Amino acid sequence: MIRLEGLEKIYGGGRGGVTHHALKGIDLSIEKGEIFGIIGRSGAGKSTLIRTINRLEDVTSGRVVVDGVDIATLTNADLTIFRRSVGMVFQHFNLLSSRTVYGNVALPLELAKVPKDEIAKRVQPMLELVGLTDKSDRYPSELSGGQKQRVGIARALVAEPKVLLCDEVTSALDPETTQQILDLLRDINRRLSLTMVVITHEMSVVRDLCDRVAVIDDGRIVEAGNVFDVFVQPRHETTQALIAGEIEAALPKSLRRIIHDGPGGPGENPVVKIVFTGPNAYDPIISQLSRIAGIDFNILAGQVDYIQNRPFGILFVEAKGGIDEAEKAIAFVQSRNLKAEVIGYVDPDSVPAG
Amino acid sequence: MSIQILSLLANAAVETGYMVLVAIAIGTALGGPLGVLLATSGRGELFEMTVFNRVVGGIVNATRSIPFIILAVAIIPFTRMVAGTSIGTSAAIVPLTVAATPFIARIIEGAVRGVDAGLIEAAQAMGAKPLQIVFKVLLPEALPAIVLGLTLTTVLLIGYSAMVGAVGGGGLGDLGIRYGYQRFRPDIMAAVVIVLIVVVQLIQTAGDRLARRLNKRVR
Repeated sequence: MIRLEGLEKIYGGGRGGVTHHALKGIDLSIEKGEIFGIIGRSGAGKSTLIRTINRLEDVTSGRVVVDGVDIATLTNADLTIFRRSVGMVFQHFNLLSSRTVYGNVALPLELAKVPKDEIAKRVQPMLELVGLTDKSDRYPSELSGGQKQRVGIARALVAEPKVLLCDEVTSALDPETTQQILDLLRDINRRLSLTMVVITHEMSVVRDLCDRVAVIDDGRIVEAGNVFDVFVQPRHETTQALIAGEIEAALPKSLRRIIHDGPGGPGENPVVKIVFTGPNAYDPIISQLSRIAGIDFNILAGQVDYIQNRPFGILFVEAKGGIDEAEKAIAFVQSRNLKAEVIGYVDPDSVPAG
Repeated sequence: MSIQILSLLANAAVETGYMVLVAIAIGTALGGPLGVLLATSGRGELFEMTVFNRVVGGIVNATRSIPFIILAVAIIPFTRMVAGTSIGTSAAIVPLTVAATPFIARIIEGAVRGVDAGLIEAAQAMGAKPLQIVFKVLLPEALPAIVLGLTLTTVLLIGYSAMVGAVGGGGLGDLGIRYGYQRFRPDIMAAVVIVLIVVVQLIQTAGDRLARRLNKRVR
């Protein structure tokens, strides 16, 4: 559906002489109907990249092929028509404050000179789709962030595009609203079998929404693949760092404070991090551990997620024994093709009871 | 106050209103498009014309840096060419318009530049053509600021209209100078000042209200 071949983008280079090499040879292929995530830190080039797909940014060299058409060859008139087939949703919504919800959603059709009665027929189902039928006559300033983004999504879909570009669409929203918007996008993807390109700096957005993901760092794609594989087996350090943030989140701050690096003092217990993935993730691992190592394990924190319906979990356990027993347990976990390591030591008296 | 003075005041007020309104109308017709172009012709903007932008910007600045009374006198030949005469209320509209046009251009430029660039990008992503962006996005979004700016211009022109008395224009300012000052009639001077204060208050209040009604940003 979308093919990016050897994209280069260099900004500047005019009289100022300061140039910025934003994209350095990007090759990507995005299939019809999939949700493709592009993740990277700010300044990595992801916003530039997504804007090349509807030619809001011209590339310095390379080709952008959408639905078989090299979009660099489009004349201005054809570009206008092409852009109607590519919807875009923005981080800061970019709604017209002078228009009602209805007026905002109707705008793309007005621009395409669709007759008024036809516009009404097409806007209503869009408002229904995003659950804003009752807000039709409200102005954006009267809406919450999540509602504004719903308007943005309805506006992007009203012209029945083939591709939806999402530029950090949840970055300005709180976690709960983020989840609602991600669910809505997933639902839309299934119902309309729409190809989506999602730019984000949040690994959780990729985890909950995307089918495949590419990691961009300093203008280059450093890693790409199925979301589950990238999550479970991150190869590039940028990917690892992005995922580490997610994993850190599983260990509450109050616990992180009492866990310290080795060596453990007298009476202190090792803390083991166990990462579950793959077919053995469902095993009753803790009770097996107790039997094999001959000690008890106290679960400090953990979370089990499902990425693309496959379990992916992290558990932090306190080994109620010495480092030798802990090592024995780790060896066992590793024999089951799961990952485990000692991340520090904790004084059992400082662990909150319960 | 005698009927005579009241009729003098009424006449002068009508003349002022006529001069200011016509100057605002023509000034907006000329300065409006100019302002939109100034706001959209810079580097990387919708209608990129950097030379035009710099030249017109320079002319606008030059016009605005001339004190109005000097401008009014300096362009008397031009006024005579346009209006057929350089004396009278209608002729006074010419220098008022010449002063209003660049002022309004800057006002509109500022209002249009105040529109979030994200909206232009969103419109482009929807397949909007440049003129559609101007009429469907920039002007509607800038309207509250434009109304406030035109209110400001109106008040400014009422002040300028007092000076065109010096080149033969009529109106409230002329009445104040000729009767109030030169004929030592403080009662007329006071009446003129009071009328001006009331008129300016009314215009400002009406402009503020209209702008607030149009502004859907904060509720």
